[in-house]
Amino acid sequence: MIAIIDYKMGNLRSVENALRRLGAEFCVTADPDVITRSSHVILPGVGSADEAMANLHAAGLPPVIRGLRRPVLGICLGMQVLCRDSEEGGFTPCLGLFDAHVRRFTPTPELKVPHMGWNRLGNMESKLLRGLERGASVYFVHSYFAHTCPDTIATTEHGQLFSAALKYENFYGTQFHPEKSGAVGEQILKNFLAL
Amino acid sequence: MVAKRIIPCLDVKEGRTVKGVNFVGLRDVGDAVELGQHYARSGADELVYLDISATREGRATFTKLVERISDGINIPFTVGGGISTLEDAARLLDAGADKISVNSAAIADPGLIDRIASRYGSQFLVLAIDARQGADGIWRATTHGGSRPSNKELFAWAREGQERGAGEILFTSMNHDGTKQGYPCDTFAALAEQLSIPIIASGGAGSVEDIAAVLTRGRADAALAASIFHFGEISIPELKAQLKQRNICIR
Repeated sequence: MIAIIDYKMGNLRSVENALRRLGAEFCVTADPDVITRSSHVILPGVGSADEAMANLHAAGLPPVIRGLRRPVLGICLGMQVLCRDSEEGGFTPCLGLFDAHVRRFTPTPELKVPHMGWNRLGNMESKLLRGLERGASVYFVHSYFAHTCPDTIATTEHGQLFSAALKYENFYGTQFHPEKSGAVGEQILKNFLAL
Repeated sequence: MVAKRIIPCLDVKEGRTVKGVNFVGLRDVGDAVELGQHYARSGADELVYLDISATREGRATFTKLVERISDGINIPFTVGGGISTLEDAARLLDAGADKISVNSAAIADPGLIDRIASRYGSQFLVLAIDARQGADGIWRATTHGGSRPSNKELFAWAREGQERGAGEILFTSMNHDGTKQGYPCDTFAALAEQLSIPIIASGGAGSVEDIAAVLTRGRADAALAASIFHFGEISIPELKAQLKQRNICIR
């Protein structure tokens, strides 16, 4: 059973639909026992990092998530809260699993913010991204990004290289939305469920 | 570099897509999910579904349809048409829409943009502007499908929309819409100069050349079109291949 963590950060429907299309069994929950017993855990999220961390704390989830030993996938904001901290909302300490800080893109006439649309993955190195073609494209929507670091398992360029995906032990994160990235995204979700 | 997006727009009336031709292998082109899946498989980067129902029953049917689209489509989609309250936005978000577009209602009540963006985030909100250039050279936003002029000047309104929290601007020139004579590229480029959020170009595409021009000279981030795709004048794979040949960054 896969647990999708519900911490009141945006709509979970598209993640649920993507898992349903793959024929996976899942539940949507904030119950620490259910989360801990699950084979895989997905931490989605749309919104701001400060609100996301506040909601996780309110639900008593930070120690539960840090203590997980099964595969965990943070998506978009869910990936960002697995990082060390975020400058969104002033300065927000996050869960500290990935050794990266989250900063805002600075818009310029040539650089649109939010970074929205399909962009290429480079420097892919992880089982999570197995089977993807070089330069495969995935769908992004975000204004904040994690810099590249030793935990980076894929990069994307938007004004500068940033972490499109991160991994630390059993924790994975994607800045992009695999559930909205067509066949490429489906492959990534399949890879995650096979971990 | 983020790819320029190609976005087919599907009009929906009473739960059925209108204006579709018969594509090979498609059982029912009136089925919004099936037609959307066809476009997604063909390489569409996003989809826009526009509800053109005029009735309350039509709106309810549309919400049900959005749920089915969300179940069946694995790329992002925007829904628009008749959204005028935060409750409308919430209903469509719950149904699974990735983004919504607001148009006439935002001109009547600009605070709607702030309310939706602050509640659900800028990434959820597209501000659609249908503008017409008058004899005096000034572009003014119109409402109700271009039928009524407003007092909003295009550039000021687009900047205001961005400041209030819109995540993208979808600009349609009512002078060019339906003409198949191409987009007003200089106006698009001037808009891009003034905004930091992405711009979707709509209305006027008659050829690959037109789309290439608005994505390069017009500096638009995405091109939205309806009839050239629906009537099979050009297929999405063919369009994308030709744009790639022109060194435009395309998925």
